[in-house]
Amino acid sequence: MAKLTIDGEEIEVENGLSVLQACEIAGKEIPRFCYHERLSVAGNCRMCLVEMEKSPKPIASCAMPVGEGMVIRTNTELVRKARQGVMEFLLINHPLDCPICDQGGECDLQDQAMAYGYDRSRFHENKRAVKDKDLGPLVGTNMTRCIHCTRCIRFTTEVAGVEELGATGRSEHMEVGTYIEKALTSELSGNIIDLCPVGALTSKPYAFNARSWELVRTESVDVMDAVGSNIRIDSRGGEVMRVLPTLNEDINEEWISDKTRFACDGLKRQRLDQPYVRRDGKLQPASWDDAFAAIAGRIKSSSGDRIAAIAGDLADCEAMQSLADLIKALGSPHIDCRQDGARLDASTRAGYVFNTSIAGIENADACLLVGTNPRHEAPIINARLRKRSIRGGFPVGVVGEQVDLTYKTELIGAGPQSLEDILEGRHGFSATLQVAERPMIIVGQGALARSDGAAVLGLCRAIAERFGMVSGDWNGFNILHRAAARVGGLDLGLVPGDGGRDVAGILDGASSGDIDLVYLLGADEIDTDRLGKAFVVYQGHHGDAGAHRADVILPGAAYTEKDATYVNTEGRAQHGRRAIFPPGDAREDWTILRALSDVLGCTLGYDNITQLRARMEEASPAFAAIGEIPHTAWGDFGTSGTMDPTPFGLPVENFYMTDPISRVSETMAKCSQMAADTRSGKTGTDG
Amino acid sequence: MSLLTRSARTLFLGELLYGMSLTLRYFFKRKVTINYPYEKGPLSPRFRGEHALRRYPNGEERCIACKLCEAICPAQAITIEAEPRDDGSRRTTRYDIDMTKCIYCGFCEEACPVDAIVEGPNFEFATETREELMYNKDKLLANGERWEPDLAARLEADAPYR
Repeated sequence: MAKLTIDGEEIEVENGLSVLQACEIAGKEIPRFCYHERLSVAGNCRMCLVEMEKSPKPIASCAMPVGEGMVIRTNTELVRKARQGVMEFLLINHPLDCPICDQGGECDLQDQAMAYGYDRSRFHENKRAVKDKDLGPLVGTNMTRCIHCTRCIRFTTEVAGVEELGATGRSEHMEVGTYIEKALTSELSGNIIDLCPVGALTSKPYAFNARSWELVRTESVDVMDAVGSNIRIDSRGGEVMRVLPTLNEDINEEWISDKTRFACDGLKRQRLDQPYVRRDGKLQPASWDDAFAAIAGRIKSSSGDRIAAIAGDLADCEAMQSLADLIKALGSPHIDCRQDGARLDASTRAGYVFNTSIAGIENADACLLVGTNPRHEAPIINARLRKRSIRGGFPVGVVGEQVDLTYKTELIGAGPQSLEDILEGRHGFSATLQVAERPMIIVGQGALARSDGAAVLGLCRAIAERFGMVSGDWNGFNILHRAAARVGGLDLGLVPGDGGRDVAGILDGASSGDIDLVYLLGADEIDTDRLGKAFVVYQGHHGDAGAHRADVILPGAAYTEKDATYVNTEGRAQHGRRAIFPPGDAREDWTILRALSDVLGCTLGYDNITQLRARMEEASPAFAAIGEIPHTAWGDFGTSGTMDPTPFGLPVENFYMTDPISRVSETMAKCSQMAADTRSGKTGTDG
Repeated sequence: MSLLTRSARTLFLGELLYGMSLTLRYFFKRKVTINYPYEKGPLSPRFRGEHALRRYPNGEERCIACKLCEAICPAQAITIEAEPRDDGSRRTTRYDIDMTKCIYCGFCEEACPVDAIVEGPNFEFATETREELMYNKDKLLANGERWEPDLAARLEADAPYR
């Protein structure tokens, strides 16, 4: 601990902190541009100058470590003048085009110029102008505005792990760019827009669309992957304008993936805004009553065990609970939420969640990835793995396909055989796991969504137990999900009951005629051709595969349009909040199921969301503690048996298009094109 | 006043004559009314009348869609939507003023960094229907073209005091 005096107040802080951090602890605001808590210290903007006793000139507080007996002053005339001078220098080459700048209104430079700057310039010469760079379809550039803080360079190099941005030239001639024109290939590239303290890097899809002061902010939860990143939905009128991250140290820190950030334009396209009923082979607009009557007619002429339901990847827990209750009330055991056919075991919670927790990754000291590409399935988790990896002493073994994860990995096998080798100590990586104190295993859907998935799950459990991954307060067994609805669905028991069929069974039954009616709750990733002659009810928000096949379409709400609960891959339940209203006649999903249950004569026992949430808490204690991970006891799950020697595949082929929202998003289409181009050796910028 | 004087004034119609003489005096005085609409009074260069969107002399519209006028408008009469134009510049796709909401405070032209939205000298824009007072961008730009000489002159006249 070091004792220092800041503005006459004595304060004791830990050694190794910088003066700037100490000032923050003391409650003094220090302006800064280049300094950022999660990036390395650059010390090049000079805005954080403070006065230190016995120093002949002001010091850059972000780069000065605290020392015993330091006397710091942050509010003297010297400091004020130093800040004014720095500000004047920064503004010399800044174009001051705030009225046409997208950062205007939420700009660090604007705010700090107001607070610490001088009210006029003494610079009458010509300003510098810099050619804009093309960084691909997401990040727009206006490099004349750049103040050379290098936050973007440090972010891409340190956090995103792609060394694509850099600076060329010196002093006034310094330019930030990609050296050779190319698109950024990181899945986290959108974060440099937030990091940029000026308007040099802006969001291309959001260009000139809205001003920060017009937007209504709603804090919510993302559903594009199973991470459950905390987001802020900025909306204007009935339109989502953009999505930004909010701080949550346990989940996404302050980053979000590009899909989370930019897929929101998909919310405006191909929406289902009124019920449809298929008449004479064509889907015709209908009223809610007609649609319900069509379903009721069909259900009356069928029996309970000939009805089935599949919950999709974006379904919220409220809707899934209502669906489960409705299907149960109709007397059917055929219900499933594992659209991809993953052989997950819903009986033991520890067997289907990310037990280590995302923040817990930083405590691990060895990692085994099985059939997963976290970079595409959960870029935020991949960033944590990278954060842990660059600290050193973190060997990562990959069983499956070799992919570039932005940190050092070792391909140690391809299929179940390698896992068996590791378990029995015949493999070199066994020794690594053996010596590790807190090893972890991450099992992806690529390893589980196959016919021998249950046996692979059992094998992974055996590995976890054999190498001491589950001991005391450490649990290194992790399932990495890729669908926001999956853990919630398993928690609520959306798995086949006694004698029930799973997704494959439902599709078999539908094509063979054993299933009369299939209720799809936003399920689009199934093979709709195999639904045969079954009567298909599709409840969802986008006209995707499921809606095309449907006989009745019930328009639901997307994640930005409902108050809903989602459970992330860690098993953490979080509330999403409504930012805008669903379009047209669309309604929140659970209310549709509640209304349908009335028509079917088996009214569900809840009239408002509070009652429904109480019902969910009954079903699973996970819903009692919102935002927390409940303790999960280790148990028995998975089976043993012979395994197919085929290598594990990767569940996500195209990171940018994984769900109905991102598939219709124009921005995501451009990104997929860019990614395909980059893979084939092009630069992705038409250059 | 004595009863006698009062009675005499009433008897000889004094009040009436006094009034008539006043009228007669004004009859020969210079007129203060003007023959509107054929004659109009003088307007200050700061007069805040009908809005107009101006263009640069080369024909490029001035408005850059910064939305400061929309933000400052106390009556929330202005609605703007923007997107990048084909050449990448920031332009409005929609610029509406609800003239029935407008309180003619002139904040919009004070907020404008490029002198695009101005309140011109025109105050004769009464309409027969309400709808006609919902001005869109075309109407405002047409106003700008029609009034440009006056608008430029009045901005110049007021410039020293800004």
